[in-house]
This record gives sequence, C-alpha cells and structure tokens, in this order.
Amino acid sequence: MAEEKNLVEVSHLKQYFPVSSGFHKVPLKAVDDVSFAIKPGETLGLVGESGCGKTTVGRSLLRLYEPTAGRIVFDGDVLFDSGESYDEKGNVILDEKGKPLIKNPVKKNMLPYRKKMQMVFQDPYSSLDPLMTVEDIIGEPLDVHHLYKNKAERREKILSLMETVGLNAEHAMRYAHEFSGGQRQRIGIARALAVNPKFIVCDEPVSALDVSIQAQVINMFEELQDKLGLAYLFIAHDLLVVHHISDRIAVMYLGHLMEIADADELNDNPIHPYTLSLLSAVPIPDPKTARESHRIVLEGDVPSPLKMPKGCPFRTRCAYATEECAMHRPPLTDRGNGHMVACFNK
Amino acid sequence: MAEEKYSKRAFLSSQIDLSKFNASDFEKASDEEKRQQDVMGESSTFFRDGMRKLRRNPLAMASIVVLIILIAIAVIAPHICPYSYQTIITVNGRRDKSATNLGPMEYSQLETQYMEDSGKKLFPHLFGTDSMGRDYFIRVVYGTRVSLMVGIVAAVMVLIIGLIYGSIAGYFGGTVDLIMMRIVDVIYSLPDMLIIILLSVVLQQTLTPLIQGTGLAKLGVNMISMFIVFALLYWVGMARLIRGQILQIKNNEYVLAAKSIGTSNGRILRTHIIPNCLSIIIITTALQIPSAIFTESFLSFIGLGVNIPLTSLGSLANDARGAMQTYPLRLVIPAVVISLIVLAFNLLGDGLRDAFDTKLN
Repeated sequence: MAEEKNLVEVSHLKQYFPVSSGFHKVPLKAVDDVSFAIKPGETLGLVGESGCGKTTVGRSLLRLYEPTAGRIVFDGDVLFDSGESYDEKGNVILDEKGKPLIKNPVKKNMLPYRKKMQMVFQDPYSSLDPLMTVEDIIGEPLDVHHLYKNKAERREKILSLMETVGLNAEHAMRYAHEFSGGQRQRIGIARALAVNPKFIVCDEPVSALDVSIQAQVINMFEELQDKLGLAYLFIAHDLLVVHHISDRIAVMYLGHLMEIADADELNDNPIHPYTLSLLSAVPIPDPKTARESHRIVLEGDVPSPLKMPKGCPFRTRCAYATEECAMHRPPLTDRGNGHMVACFNK
Repeated sequence: MAEEKYSKRAFLSSQIDLSKFNASDFEKASDEEKRQQDVMGESSTFFRDGMRKLRRNPLAMASIVVLIILIAIAVIAPHICPYSYQTIITVNGRRDKSATNLGPMEYSQLETQYMEDSGKKLFPHLFGTDSMGRDYFIRVVYGTRVSLMVGIVAAVMVLIIGLIYGSIAGYFGGTVDLIMMRIVDVIYSLPDMLIIILLSVVLQQTLTPLIQGTGLAKLGVNMISMFIVFALLYWVGMARLIRGQILQIKNNEYVLAAKSIGTSNGRILRTHIIPNCLSIIIITTALQIPSAIFTESFLSFIGLGVNIPLTSLGSLANDARGAMQTYPLRLVIPAVVISLIVLAFNLLGDGLRDAFDTKLN
C-alpha cells in the first residue's frame, strides 16, 4: 500500500503580529515559514523554549489567529491558502513588480472543521468559564454544532464523555473552581472530545500540573489516542514528556523549525546544535550520570523576534556558526529516514 | 477491656499529653464515621456566594428595607389616600379655600365643621397642605414616584446603550474600538448641563405637537427630553467601563476555547463575556440610579423638570423655597426623601460591590 495520507499539512506558515513602535508598525514574526505534516493517529511533539512560537503555531493551525501567509490542509481540504507559490529552494516566486505572486487564495469557513480539529489549553484555570457548570462547559460544543436531539440525549452524551476522561457523574453540576488542576484539565479534554474530533492540538496541556498528575493526564492522552484514533500536535517545553508521548518531534527556535525526526531518532541522534543543547538541559534523575554528563550552556539570550538575525536565527548563539549562516537561512534538509535538519554545518 | 494506661507527659515536653486519651480514642474509624467526613461542600455558585455576603452587610440590607418601604408607599399610598396631587381640597363638592398652608395633621375650618356635622372622620393631611390647598403628602408621594421612575428608567437606558456599545467596542477591538472610543471621548467632553438645557428648549418645540393626546403628554416634554438627554449623554461612562471589563475578560483562555469550538461571536458575548462582567454591570447600574435622581431633582429645581401640575421632589423643593422661613417643613420633607433615596441606592451599590466584585475578595 502506498504511504498513508497526511491528516494535517502545514506549509510555509507565517504568523506576524503588528507591534507598534512609535509611529509605524513593525511585524513581530512569531512563526516564520514553518512546514510539517501529521498522519492520522500520529503524535507530533513540538518543543522549544518559551516564546519561540509553539503556541502560535497551534493557534494559527486552527485559525484562531488568521495566518499571515501559508497553506493549511486538513484531511485533503484546503482550509487556508494565502496563494503564494514557492520554487525548489523554498523562495517565494515573485511577479514582474517584485511582489509575491498570488494564485487562488483560499479562506474556508472553519465552522464545519471545528468539529474535526480541537484544542486543549495550557492553563486549566483560565480555560474554563468560572460561571458555568461542568455540564455546560462540556455541552457547549454539542450546543454549537447541534449534536443532540433532546435534553436527555445531551445529558447522556455529557455523562459518557465525563466517564471517558475519568470524572464522576455527580461532578456534572459543579463549577470549575471546585476542581483540582488535573480534574480541570480532564474537563478541558472532555470538551475537546465532545465533537468527536480527529485531531487535537494539545497546547502544553500538562505544564501547569504537578508531576504525578502530569503522568495521569499524559497516560489518558495515550489511551484516548488508542481508543479513538486521534492525531495530536503535542506542544510542550518538557522534552521528556514529549519524547514519551510523541511519534515524531519537531524542535522550534524563534519561530523557525530547526529539526524534525522520529522521537527516538531525535533523542539518540540529535543533529542540530540547538537540539543538542536542549537535550543536554534535560534533568537526569540520577545524580551519578548527571555529574558525568556535559551540559551545553548557550551564550547570550534569545534575540527579540522584532530584530530577528539575518540568515539562520540561531547563529548568534551557535558554536558552529559560519559566514554562510549569516547570509542565508538554512533550509530543512533530509538526513535520511525523514530526519530533517535546518543547519549548514552539522 | 482493660484500660490501657498512658504515662503522663513530662513537664515541658512537647509531646502530646496522652493521659487525656484512652485506647478507644485511637480505634479506626468505622465506615459510617468515614462517610460522615466526605460530606461534600455544597456546590456554591458565584451568585449565591455574593448574595450571602450581601445579606451579611447590615448597611446594604437596611438600604434595601428603606427602598422597599419607599417604593411600597409610592405604589400604595395613592390608592388609600383620598386626595389627588393636582386638585385643591374640596369638602362636599365645595372648594375649601381655608385649607391652604395647613400644618401636618391639621384640618381646615370647613373640614372640621363637616366632620362635626356628619360625624365621619376625614383622612388626615399627614404633611399638611401647600399654598394652593393641595394635600402635601400625596404630592410628596407623586414626587417620589417621578424621581424613582426617572432614576430607574434612566439607569436602564444607560445600561442598555452602554452595554451594547461597550461590548461591541471591547470585543472587536482594534480599529472598531478606536473609532467607537473616540466618539465616546467627544460625548464625554460635552458639558452635560448645557446640553440638557439646550435640548429641552429645542425638544419643547418639536415634541409638543408630536406627543399631544398620547400618554406621554402627561409626563411632559421636559421629562421626555430628560430621558433623551440621559440616553444621549450618560451612557458613555457605562460604555467605557464595560469595554474595559470586556477587554480584560476576552483575553481569558475560555474565550479562545469557545472560539476553537466554533462558537459564534454573539454567543461568546452572551454566554461567556457578559455574564462574567455582570457583577460590575449590576453595581454600576445601582450607582447610576442616584446620580440620575440627583440630576432630575436639580433640573426640576431650576425649573426644567416635570410639567405642572405633576411634581417631582426637586420641583417641590423649588416651590417651597419661597416660604422657607414660614413653612420650613415643605422644604425639609422632599429634601429628606431625596437624601433617603440617594443614600439608600448608594449604600446598596457599595454593598453590591463588596459582595460581587471579585477583585475585592
């Protein structure tokens, strides 16, 4: 059989936010030219430090923000296409006037797709409306998409969703503030599952929870994936967590993808200097090995996304940077087995 | 069972004094006892919490009582009291000329004579009569009605306009917000008293033929222009406040979550954003009522209020001004009623804020 079709395809996704500096507006390049694909039932982990645009990728992908440019395909349907075309080197093809050539831009109404793509949010405290009962929170997607015929069916569906995520039926009439962080995150997951989606963006769903609860929630994500055949874009900054749950991992830095590979491959054989330093920063739960291991400490700070370095965004902190890095942006190249790295020197 | 002896605690020891207990105190809890412990706290909503706090606030509760009494009098008194606010007291169909400027609870000569002749008792003039021979109590009651109505209608109008305008500006943000808020700034900078006076002069001429013969005519052009002025000018404060609240609330992740579900903008506003700033809205509306009553009283006092013979507390005070030294009660009574209403609404508003404003908790 031929290779399985991609469920989600993102190509050349750009998300700029206008930031006013004095009188004129400057684009803040939160996400710049990011491309990846996710297969049905697969988990793609997305890691990177705070502020590198992970969350923005997730939100633009669901078009909660209107992307500046790029193309988003879900299950064969083009949801968004700004219409630019690219040559083999990944440069935008320009027309005679030097402006990007735009062909057939697409902006689909997202409402029918909201049923298929869902999101679980980072902060279980602010992502649930404090004035709604659990029943109403989980029932809202059912209401919006008219997924029940009568009150009894609605209630039945809500109770079965609550059971799926491990909440008791008697919790239905309670308010979000009466629950612990882990339980709240379960409510958030039940809300995402209510419409029976195929794909869920998990935006740091465990980083606000403590470690023992993290394990429970992560295991639940895995069980749900097995049971319902979900695909995840799992955003996190904890490499251990991401390695545990993901089939493949993408590493982001300053709005750019640095490396994508299978989870084990990335862990055992990281290529990009940034991935190396990220992996060396993972705490090792064994003091002996930890003492012997060498931590790569990066110099300097992350440059402001308003003043992005030319060429490779990582070159200002990279030990291997050469002149070429300052001239051109390294494209993602395949190093075998789908291990893509954006670096000239490694 | 042999009682186990625990040794007495040594002097200055930090250990628990076990001699106070016996073995049965340390038995495992039975299942029934365990169950007693997991009584779940009753599910308490934000609203119920607030009401409980409000009930514990004596000042707020006292002002609710005062307001209920005032409103009850304003509603019931005209049905009990046989006098009318606009007609001179008549006895047996004859105009009673001696009934002017009576003190509280006094009867005129004609009335006393009538009571002696017929043996019936007439309803007393609780606050006396005014210089035209009208019962002052019923006039104060009607004045209270007018003032309360102006206060509540104005507050509701301000609420509706401010809520719609503010939530649109706040929710859509960006350029929409910028333009809408500049309009608010312009309206804010207009001197409101001047506009009220100008408008009531202009509206007097245009509205008079329009409302002739309708129920509105009784209310008077001045009253209607007052409502129009409130509708035009006073919503801006409310709109600003609601916009600010909404800007804050819309950044919560639950709004984004609702968007990711596919909830429409209108529904997000209705089900998530407005309920979450409801407490602020209730509080501000409660505080808006006294300010409207004050403005109405002031306008009536300078003669721009309700039309004669209808009266309001402000115009009663104005009428009494001339005879302030001879009949001070006529000025004191409406002034006290205005103060009571305004104070009660202000205290109630403060109580509501203490009970419902989440930032104070």
